[in-house]
Amino acid sequence: MVNERLIIDSNKLQLTIKRLCYQLIENHHDFSDSVILGLQPRGIYMADRIHKELEQILNKKVLLGRLDVTFFRDDFRRRESPLIPNATQIDFTIENKKVILIDDVLYTGRTIRSGLDAMLAYGRPQNVELMVLVDRRYSRHLPVEANYIGTQVDSIAEERVKVEWKETDGKDQIILYTPE
Amino acid sequence: MEKLSTRHLLGIKHLTRQDIELIFNTADNFKEVINRPIKKVPSLRDTTIANLFFENSTRTKLSFELAEKRLSADVVNFSASGSSVSKGETLIDTVSNILAMKVDVVVMRHPNPGAAVFLSRNISASIINAGDGTHEHPTQALLDAFSMREKYGDLTNKKVVIVGDIAHSRVAISNIYCLQKMGVKVKVCGPPTLIPKYIHALGVEVEYNLDEAIAWCDVAMMLRIQLERQGADYEGNQVKYFPSIREYANLYGLTLERLHKLNKRITIMHPGPINRGVEVSSDVADSEHSIILNQVENGVAVRMAVLYLLSGRNLE
Repeated sequence: MVNERLIIDSNKLQLTIKRLCYQLIENHHDFSDSVILGLQPRGIYMADRIHKELEQILNKKVLLGRLDVTFFRDDFRRRESPLIPNATQIDFTIENKKVILIDDVLYTGRTIRSGLDAMLAYGRPQNVELMVLVDRRYSRHLPVEANYIGTQVDSIAEERVKVEWKETDGKDQIILYTPE
Repeated sequence: MEKLSTRHLLGIKHLTRQDIELIFNTADNFKEVINRPIKKVPSLRDTTIANLFFENSTRTKLSFELAEKRLSADVVNFSASGSSVSKGETLIDTVSNILAMKVDVVVMRHPNPGAAVFLSRNISASIINAGDGTHEHPTQALLDAFSMREKYGDLTNKKVVIVGDIAHSRVAISNIYCLQKMGVKVKVCGPPTLIPKYIHALGVEVEYNLDEAIAWCDVAMMLRIQLERQGADYEGNQVKYFPSIREYANLYGLTLERLHKLNKRITIMHPGPINRGVEVSSDVADSEHSIILNQVENGVAVRMAVLYLLSGRNLE
């Protein structure tokens, strides 16, 4: 049996996205030097949402890319089967840009570490910030922290946090799964 | 989680359609990687790969080596000329010696059909067949089908004719297996002496007239006349499969004139190296009908995908 607990519902998620956008604007103003990179596979939905909201607020185009970290992960050849990659889609260079990496859940920090490596194939950014919707505290394997956080969750290793999106899962919500 | 059904790539015959699709989907991602400003990823940084070429090769060897280096693998190269093979060492001894140096993957080209299968039964590393005699050349077939997929999308019910020296061609056999698994209709075309007697057993039709063959097909895959595999039979007698190169070029050479007679556009492919003016005229090879250079580019992406998927197992 698995217990489900709703952490954030659809309304609150929408508010959180809005709040994160305004936090970004405080630091990045009109986004003329800034780009957004969503991390595959699940960070891209959040990046899409933030991007859409930002363009509405700023009333201008904001650069958005999708970054896949599979080839840069540190657990290749340590699993039963190979890691299957996703598409990377970055149609601009990030040379001298302010990059905002976006993922849905920050847990061990290993994905972000791979993301930092993967990103460098597209240029040397001026600086990099991290935005996550859910920060699972006290579970880091690496010294990685987010600059913008939607919500914080204290959870144990057996638990699982899933961010669901209307576009793919039918409903906007964040759920914590706890095995009995 | 998805993975290949095999730990070696010995021939297309041993792959399933799911395997081929997994390789293609992975190759799509690597194609994006090799078009980045920085074309290298660290996935295979703890993998050592030996390229053993017991037979000459330029394109395949370069393509494999590039694929390996773009994946950050450590690479050792070996070619038969100037090695202990000429001193009489057996294949297993040569390879065991190389494996004693802790090699994870072996890419091998060998003049004897079945050499890769033989090796896979006797050593522990993953084997990738880069051409074994007149048997199979799986990565070539994969990159050919990948290039067609890039041009046409779904390959089901597409029509492909393979033209030329079918009897001596490992590219033809691998392509027949691969294309049929992807739902393509395949015909072969060439002089009767260069069509194997039992080719029907593979489920392909034979067409002896090039003009009719290209009128039927969507893609014409032109093969090189393998002059090095002709000339003598097992007893050393002179054998000629056709009277002269000029006659072959007249009957089976693809020219712009032939293409202009068709009322449709077909795609021209060639595994290389091209004998210009023999199987393909220069103007066809350089025309917009040809995707020969796309094939070469896709070769690196497809080989990266194969290496990646075969090396992604647990460390032993």
